[in-house]
This record gives sequence, structure tokens and C-alpha cells, in this order.
Amino acid sequence: MTGNRFVTQAFGEYTLAGFANCSAKNVKTARPVNLDLFSIKWPVTALVSIAHRISGVLLFLAMPLLLYLFELSLSSEAGFRRAGAMLASPMPRLVGWLLAVALLYHLIAGCRHLLMDMGFGETWRAGKAGAQAVIAISVLGAILAGMLLW
Amino acid sequence: MVTNATSLGRSGLFDWLVQRFSALVLLAWIAWVSIGVIAAAEFGYPQWRALFAAVPMQIFSLIAVLSLCAHAWVGVWTVTTDYLNEAHLGKAGTAIRLLTQIACLLLTLSCLIWGARIFWGSG
Repeated sequence: MTGNRFVTQAFGEYTLAGFANCSAKNVKTARPVNLDLFSIKWPVTALVSIAHRISGVLLFLAMPLLLYLFELSLSSEAGFRRAGAMLASPMPRLVGWLLAVALLYHLIAGCRHLLMDMGFGETWRAGKAGAQAVIAISVLGAILAGMLLW
Repeated sequence: MVTNATSLGRSGLFDWLVQRFSALVLLAWIAWVSIGVIAAAEFGYPQWRALFAAVPMQIFSLIAVLSLCAHAWVGVWTVTTDYLNEAHLGKAGTAIRLLTQIACLLLTLSCLIWGARIFWGSG
């Protein structure tokens, strides 16, 4: 396979022989590495993928806040009303909307993942269409969530 | 076989499966709670409390909290190992990653215990 060369946008030019070496001894030297994420193209599938990660990290950091709201709202009638009143002021309402959108997006993009795991939509065309569908459904959901909150 | 000391199950396939299974549990729990809220003719504290009061729902919620924490850990592990490493951050990469992972683990475990307390005692 030596001499069989190919090119990718992200990694530039490297050889199959170099790739084969990855499984052998010199793992670190043979791997193509490009660390500048802004120098590569961002197709819609990549945007949907990175947004899935960002929304996941956001939701992870919001876990204590969400648990606090559950605890407060389940504690008593007064606590339930206090939790509701919190969402009435502008800034917390905006945070609530952002977290609702993050959750909605993470769920929808996650469903796409599960469908692809089962073998649906794995071609480039279907993958692109699926990614566009995730964005479209999320935008609709974000508008709906906004209408419910305001 | 190469294993990683900080991944949940020390195996990529196991973590992959945990991520999918916990996702389905969380999807089912969120759907159930959403339907409970939307379907209620009149929604207030009594209905909200009643939704989480039955023992089967307490068990379901506890499984959901466990799933949330397992799901969160696999996700955080994936993101931290991808970006917080020596290739991106230089020599300090491993130390930064491990410290971040410890902070995330403490947050996850705290949420696990706190969440269990909230939903298990909601009857």
C-alpha cells in the first residue's frame, strides 16, 4: 500500500503506510494532527455535532440549578409558588428559556444519533438532511418554548 | 487492549451502551413528566406533587437520576479527553484534564445524592 496517497481537507496529505503504522508501534508520530479547528470547513453535520456537545456541557453545569428547582417546587405549596415566581422575572426567564432550548436540542440531536446507530440516515445526503431537520425542529421548539414562557 | 483509567466502564463499548441506554431512560422520564403536566386539567402544587408521589414513579425517578449522572459522566469524559489533553494544552494538559475531571466527578456525585434525596423522599 506504500505510495497510495490521499488528501483530506482537515489533515492535508498523508500516506496509508503512515496510517497502518498507527496500529503498530509509533502511534504518536504517524497520526495526522490538525489542532486549528477554525482552519477546517464546518459542514452542517459538524455544526449539529459541536452544538450537541455545547448543549450537553451547558446542561451538565445547570444540573444543580434544575435539582434546586425540583426540590423547591416539590417541598411545599409556598415553594412551588416561589419556583414559579422565579421564572416571572426577565433574566431568570431568559436563563430558563436557554436551558429549555439546550435540553430540547440535546434530545432531538440525541434521537438522530440513536437513529443513525440503528443504521438510518448514514449516507452523506441523509446525514446532511437529518442535521438540517434537527436544526429546523429545534428552532420550532425554541419558538414554542418562548411562547409558553412569555 | 488499551483501557482508560477515567472512563466509566474502562471500555469504549460499555460506555457507548451506557450512553444510549441512559438516553432512552431520560427520554422516557422527560416524556412522562411532560405528559403529566400537559394532560392535567388543572395544574398546581397538588398535581405536581402527586406526579412524583407514587412508589413506581419514585423508582422511575431514581433510575432517571442514576441515568442522568452516568450519561453526564460519559459525556464529560468524552469532551474533556478530546480537548483537555497534551496535544492542545502542552505539558500541563494531563494535569488540567484530571483536575477538571475530579471537579466534574464531585459535581456529578453530589447531584446523584441530592437527586436521590429529592425524588426518593417525594412521597
